[in-house]
Amino acid sequence: MGLRTPLSRARGLGSAKDGTHHWWIQRITAIALVPLSLWFVASMVGLAGADHAAVTAWLAHPAVAVLMVLLVAATLHHAQLGLQTMYEDYIHLHWLKIVADLTTKMASLALGVAAAFAVLKIALGG
Amino acid sequence: MASTDNRPLSPHLQIYRWPLSMLTSILNRVTGVGLTVGTLVLIYWLIAAAAGPESFATAQALLGSWVGRLLLFGWTWALFFHLCNGIRHMAWDAGWGFEIPTIDATGWIVVLASIVLTVTAWVLGYAAMGVL
Repeated sequence: MGLRTPLSRARGLGSAKDGTHHWWIQRITAIALVPLSLWFVASMVGLAGADHAAVTAWLAHPAVAVLMVLLVAATLHHAQLGLQTMYEDYIHLHWLKIVADLTTKMASLALGVAAAFAVLKIALGG
Repeated sequence: MASTDNRPLSPHLQIYRWPLSMLTSILNRVTGVGLTVGTLVLIYWLIAAAAGPESFATAQALLGSWVGRLLLFGWTWALFFHLCNGIRHMAWDAGWGFEIPTIDATGWIVVLASIVLTVTAWVLGYAAMGVL
């Protein structure tokens, strides 16, 4: 029973029109962040008190550069999804909710590109 | 509307005894917001390293100050809490651990594990610096 059409039930997209996509991407980034964040903490522990030469030599290692870009990308994507959920829960002014979400998404993309550029500059530019 | 005056209220946050699950739930959001701010600091640190030794020395001085270290300690705990509680969420997503005694047990495990992992990371970090 129910008021939904058979087509609507088959699509399974619900009232938000995007189904479980938001939830699923949040889980994928969460799973990726388990090893990435453990690697990050272990690396920072090893680099405690390191100077510029030591840190840039570490970041210039190909595996480290790739993992650092992946860490920042997965973290920012996971963060903007989480912040979107909080805006939806706590901001009741529609226009402010949209402005907050757009600002967050654009800022997270810009920051991700800036961080990736910084890592690549160290890794490739020496 | 006299008949509705004495109806029970939903949990009054200032006098309600918070179950652990309520505390871990809101802490997941609070640490998530805190870690977003921490990510901005990580990106600043990476850009400072790319910009050169002078700007990196400024970043290291800020992060190495006592305020910086206090914030880094807080971010370490926030990361471990959000990580451990995230794994707890994945167990729930898989359909495991919804019984109330299990929810309480996993909640305490998350709280204790986040504290133990944070202290361990900082002891190892100070040992790597040769301070300990």
